[in-house]
Amino acid sequence: MDTSFRLLPETASTMASQVDGLYFFLNAVAAFFALLIFVLIVYFSLRYRRRDESVRPAPVPTNLKLELLWTIIPFLITMVLFSWSARLFIQMSHSPADAMRINVVGKQWMWKIQHPDGQREINALHVPVGKPIELMMTSQDVIHSFYVPAFRIKQDVLPGSYSRLAFTPTKVGEYHLFCAEFCGDQHSGMIGKVVVMEPAKYDAWLAGTIPDEPPALAGERLFAQYGCMACHGQRGPTMAGLFGRKVELNDGTTVTADEQYLHESIFDPAAKIVRGFTPLMPSFRGQLTEEQVMQLIAYIKSLQYSQSTQEQQ
Amino acid sequence: MTTVPYSSSLGRETTYLNHSHKIRSWLLTLDHKRIAILYMISITFFFMIGGAAAVLMRLELMTPQGDLVKAETYNKLFTMHGVMMVFFFLIPSIPAVLGNFLIPLMVGAKDLAFPRLNLASWYLFMIGGLFALASLVAGGVDTGWTFYTPYSSTYSNSYVVLAVVGIFINGFSSILTGLNFIVTIHTMRAPGLTWFRLPLFCWSLYATSLIFILGTPVLAITLVLVGVERIFHIGVFDPSLGGDPILFQHLFWFYSHPAVYIMVLPSMGVVSEVITCFSRKRIFGYAFVAFSSVAIAVLGFLVWGHHLFVSGQSIYGGLIFSILSFMVAIPSGVKVFNWTATLYKGSIALQTPMLYCLGFIGLFTIGGLTGLYVASIAVDVHVTDTYFIIAHFHYIMVGGAVMAYMAGLHFWWPKMTGKMYSEWMGRFSALLIFVGFNLTFFPQFILGYLGMPRRYYAYAPEFQALNVLSSAGASVLGVGYLLPLLYLLWSLRWGKNAGPNPFRATGLEWKTSSPPPTENFEKTPIVNEEAYAYHRMEMTGDTVATH
Repeated sequence: MDTSFRLLPETASTMASQVDGLYFFLNAVAAFFALLIFVLIVYFSLRYRRRDESVRPAPVPTNLKLELLWTIIPFLITMVLFSWSARLFIQMSHSPADAMRINVVGKQWMWKIQHPDGQREINALHVPVGKPIELMMTSQDVIHSFYVPAFRIKQDVLPGSYSRLAFTPTKVGEYHLFCAEFCGDQHSGMIGKVVVMEPAKYDAWLAGTIPDEPPALAGERLFAQYGCMACHGQRGPTMAGLFGRKVELNDGTTVTADEQYLHESIFDPAAKIVRGFTPLMPSFRGQLTEEQVMQLIAYIKSLQYSQSTQEQQ
Repeated sequence: MTTVPYSSSLGRETTYLNHSHKIRSWLLTLDHKRIAILYMISITFFFMIGGAAAVLMRLELMTPQGDLVKAETYNKLFTMHGVMMVFFFLIPSIPAVLGNFLIPLMVGAKDLAFPRLNLASWYLFMIGGLFALASLVAGGVDTGWTFYTPYSSTYSNSYVVLAVVGIFINGFSSILTGLNFIVTIHTMRAPGLTWFRLPLFCWSLYATSLIFILGTPVLAITLVLVGVERIFHIGVFDPSLGGDPILFQHLFWFYSHPAVYIMVLPSMGVVSEVITCFSRKRIFGYAFVAFSSVAIAVLGFLVWGHHLFVSGQSIYGGLIFSILSFMVAIPSGVKVFNWTATLYKGSIALQTPMLYCLGFIGLFTIGGLTGLYVASIAVDVHVTDTYFIIAHFHYIMVGGAVMAYMAGLHFWWPKMTGKMYSEWMGRFSALLIFVGFNLTFFPQFILGYLGMPRRYYAYAPEFQALNVLSSAGASVLGVGYLLPLLYLLWSLRWGKNAGPNPFRATGLEWKTSSPPPTENFEKTPIVNEEAYAYHRMEMTGDTVATH
């Protein structure tokens, strides 16, 4: 993401440059009228400043032509603005028949996303460049709003009904995803990113395989993609230094955190609950392939080594 | 006491201020002028609470990460800022303070039509304010001043009901004040004061009162429904109880959009009085200015849906609200053009009230023009719920309404207190507020178009530079608001006597002494000319300023 100082957001969808076009026209209209009023006020204030307390300037009679002029010209300008913006709005509300449907669920305070063939991710949306996308969105609790400034689009996400948001990304890159409707304590933390990829890369990402990726790295990516870090380390047990350690369970017994235990905890999390935690974690059976579970385990193992050396220092 | 503070060369000893000094004579007063002073003190208090919340918010926003306060605290701060400033400062500011004081004087009456009702309005206002304060003391409210459901009705763990009850009670204060003004303007005008001889301030407060009476009950009912859903779990707005969350937004904005005009119309009235006096000219296009007030009040009721462009209302609904929103820009534009034309060939004195007044026109123009951006539905989709909106409505409500309140306060202060403030301090603070305001809020237009959402206590690092600029401006603005508090209080003790008409203005309020006697006029004045007849005004005699 480009974080340098700028006056305009990035332009990364078919609508973005069109909305900017209208914005520039509005800037021109606003600058013209603001300058007109400012210059007249300053000019009159100097030109007609009070030189003599006893001056009684003659009244200037109301000029009907002038009144009509400054009623009708602004009216015509607003009608131009209306038709321009209405055309853009109708265009952005329309989603092409071949659009790729992606499901979005907003909840306090995360975005849960599912791709057409089942791939899930949290607080991130991967999409192929140039492909029309239509989001089908709903909320699990309060009103949220799905906002991608680089695309110039926003749509409230309501509980109890579905709303749609269509866009076509035009530029590869990572862009901000914000929740724009106040939704409670962590509203400003309900953010993520939209990753626009080349179609081939998107397909590879979708298949869950990136060629020649080391398993631990793939596991790290999955760990983020499935939102594991939303809980683990906070409401859930930390993964750092977990592998190979003895884990105390709720029923008083202990187990060693080996591959078998981690596999069971991912597919059947309720089977063994770590002492002091509540059974909140959903099962990932059917969502993760065995290969992906192995990658996750490889990632957890890698945490083990680096974390423990840090602790010794 | 060795000196009698209110004695003047005119020899009038008894005024509404000094006829009795007992606390009881203030708290049980039926005099519209004393009630106006009670309101002035109360809203200044609420302004300072709202302002303190703003200071903490701007400090938090100096850095991208949340560090000064917790997220929960920040959410309570912006809620308290909005509730205090909108319901307990801006809405009552010009109507309840200046309107209360001036309407009877301007129409040549002894008091408002219903003096007891007027006092009851103030008590309702204070009770409402105490409930809102209680919600703050109890631990705060975190819903934002908009109370969007189902967050407010189901999910928020804060003191929503207390705040809602406060606003509900306060609403009755507005309704009764509006009723009082309408009846007074209809029935108590002095002989010869026809509708088209009324000062435009009365016209604009008449239009405002219509909105008070028509709009406030809708807000009151809506907030009751939020309370009912919250306490009894009766489904109105929460879909999990069978309600509709968008219904709340329609009902809320049906009042709260016209409420913007409650803040702006009285400001326009003040500006029409001040600009004519300091350019010694009749207002240009009196009838156009008067009827544009009414047009704004009427059209203002038909544009609430522009707050819902991305909420999920139908495309056609959105388009209709968009075109109506453009329409409401026209009468506002007509007013700005007419005020500017009033300056033409005038005799212009840039005294403190006039500086505030010209500041109003400048900032209101920017606020109005950026209204075109948000009426443009496709642009609004991008900028709604961002800092662009924050900047836009602060230009209207602070740059507009507060500047006009300051203009009015400085214009009528000599009338209300009989004292002159320091002219140089006045001009300096007007300049400081204008500069500080622009420095605070102009960067927020850019921030908004860049995509920074509102109500974020932590934000992306690339937004920091503009946020720091905004906070720096806010500190200048803060000093600008503190100065008048000091020099106006100073003037009460050490200010020069003002005399009945220090600015040599037309209007009946200037035809009585300063401060006026309790009964306003010794005998009922008779009006035989239009408003703002500056060209016929006598320029000699004892109406000339004493400074």
